[in-house]
Amino acid sequence: MFVTCLADLMRPQVAFAAVALLERAGCRIRVPREQSCCGQPALNSGDRASTINIAKGVIRAFSSDDYVVVPSGSCADTLINKYPELFRHDVKWAGRAQNLADKTFELTTFLVEQLGVELEQVSYPGVCAYHDSCSGLRELAIHQQPRALLQQVEGLSLRELEDGSACCGFGGLFSVKYPDLSGRIVSDKCGQIAQTEADTVLGGDLGCLLNIAGRLRREGSDLKVFHVAEVLAGMTDGPAIGEAESEDTA
Amino acid sequence: MSVSTASRRVEFQDRAKLALEDASLQRALAKARGGFVDHRQEAIDGLPEFDAIRDAARDIKNHVLANLDGYLELYEQQVIENGGQVHWARDTEEACQIIAGICKEAQAKTVTKGKSMVSEEMHLNPALEAAGMTVVETDLGEYIVQLAGETPSHIIAPAVHKTREQITDLFHEHHSPLGYTDRVTQREALVNEARSVLRERFVTADVGITGANFLVAETGANVIVTNEGNGDLTSCLPRVHIVTAGIEKIVPSLDDLAVLLRVLARSATGQEFSAYTSLYSGPRRPGDMEGPEAYHVVLLDNGRSRLLGGQYQAMLRCIRCGACLNHCPVYGSIGGHAYGWVYSGPMGSVLTPLLNGFDQSLDLPNACTLNGRCKEVCPVRIPLSDLLLKHRVEQHERRLSSGLGRLLLGTWAWLACRPRLYQGVMALPLRVMHMFGGRRGGLTWLPGASGWTGSRDFPAPARRSFMRQWQSRKVRS
Repeated sequence: MFVTCLADLMRPQVAFAAVALLERAGCRIRVPREQSCCGQPALNSGDRASTINIAKGVIRAFSSDDYVVVPSGSCADTLINKYPELFRHDVKWAGRAQNLADKTFELTTFLVEQLGVELEQVSYPGVCAYHDSCSGLRELAIHQQPRALLQQVEGLSLRELEDGSACCGFGGLFSVKYPDLSGRIVSDKCGQIAQTEADTVLGGDLGCLLNIAGRLRREGSDLKVFHVAEVLAGMTDGPAIGEAESEDTA
Repeated sequence: MSVSTASRRVEFQDRAKLALEDASLQRALAKARGGFVDHRQEAIDGLPEFDAIRDAARDIKNHVLANLDGYLELYEQQVIENGGQVHWARDTEEACQIIAGICKEAQAKTVTKGKSMVSEEMHLNPALEAAGMTVVETDLGEYIVQLAGETPSHIIAPAVHKTREQITDLFHEHHSPLGYTDRVTQREALVNEARSVLRERFVTADVGITGANFLVAETGANVIVTNEGNGDLTSCLPRVHIVTAGIEKIVPSLDDLAVLLRVLARSATGQEFSAYTSLYSGPRRPGDMEGPEAYHVVLLDNGRSRLLGGQYQAMLRCIRCGACLNHCPVYGSIGGHAYGWVYSGPMGSVLTPLLNGFDQSLDLPNACTLNGRCKEVCPVRIPLSDLLLKHRVEQHERRLSSGLGRLLLGTWAWLACRPRLYQGVMALPLRVMHMFGGRRGGLTWLPGASGWTGSRDFPAPARRSFMRQWQSRKVRS
């Protein structure tokens, strides 16, 4: 499994949830220690040389695995679509990059399309708005997969956002370089989330979810924010993203 | 254009900040946003073969760009055969000189203009005014913008940044001296008042200048698409008609034109077809009831030919529909003026550095979340967000990006290539951030990212990273 740096550092539970879902479906999970980040911050800053170095490390780290599963649409997109493009003119690496791309899947896509899983009994009593993250939606056509899985969750009902394919304003380093713009866009998104009258926001990308959760917290909203994997794995007892820790978990 | 890169950088961010704080602009933008998106979607839902037509449209434009020299010559021959003249302008200055020259020769006092973005690119109005002429914009949106002393903020909806209250004030101020003393506030009344004022201008104009949505090589026609009919009155009534267009506006044939028209209006306003789609092929012929005595086409290069054969060539496919602006979260937040030039939104962020110089607009390719919606909606499938990323690569390789940013990024990338070290180094900040933010759930202030925490919390990270926890789990089992 490719953990993704945000799940690793910010929300390990997302990676544990992904592991649990895969193990329950009968997969044997290996998490190579030789992984950090897929290189998006460098790639999106135009630093191809650094991205290539990082990508080579990722390609090497997973060369012996049958599948690489990623609990993020945007990181999966980097491995699947961006790496082959980076090495297009590199005779030595083009094939290896394509190999990795061919066996890499975003988590919900893998669960639905490769494994066709039926979830073990899991419940989440809540009205959920689903945020489709941009790279997943547009580059990997992730839309139905998480919804199909969430339908199997007992007690959960889904609401669609108005203009749901609009960006949340995260954009990686964009949110640090242009915080005012990013802040405006995410506050619009939170307005649309509020309109659904959902009590929970779900999504498949931690970047977007941290952005949305951060804004909701600032607005004083009590909406819960979870990664879709956490709900599917039944790991929603602890604090949601951006939520204060209760005394016993602290 | 001798503005330093540093001040240019500040300019965009300052303009964006002002735009975000401008309450009437925000009202106007919020009102426009949903409408464009919904109308386009409805129009496309009604045309199942839309994607196939988009492919065809892209292929036509690619074919033209691969054979542009030949089609431009064919077009010129046709215009000459029809009795018109073609003028070639290398840059905007030369274009202004040519147009001012034609106007002077026609002893023009009043010039009417139908919407032409390329004339905005040329800064034509000030050039003609300096030559002693009165220029009247005839597109309602451009007319409003002209009264306000501003420039268009959207390539198809020039006054989209104005609220109706602001337009009421403008009309009252400028039309009262002409005898329109009632203060009109309703949409239809405003339109009627503008129509009545402009009617007078149409009939007294000596020269009419229009843009062109397309130029048809096989017939020599220029095609103009409007919803107000102002393009026709500007083209037909004055003694002299001048068409201004970029050299990339060529399509080979009327059949090709039909393909492009099918995607244009749907992408732009969500209409199947605009109210007026007019083709003009030259001056009045013997026996014609109407039409200008002289017909000129001024073709502008201004850096476009430099893009041929290069990595940005796809940008020349652009048909200026505005769909990318309408679907861009950044454009939707700040409007067009913050971009600093005639072209805004995603297409502007790609084009401006290409036409004005890379170091002139360093922010534009970066002020984008790379969400890819612009690419998704483009009727000629320009990979806009990919081209913005190419700009970033070029900025990085030419060392135009900020030194501190490069240093931080380089250090981070160096670490990211050494995962075990990376995991060790990240442990400390993680613990510290968790310590300060864990109880609350998030940090309200974060050194180095105070911008982020200005408008939202930074959710607290975990106490121990997944990789650490995973290692100990493995050891335990």
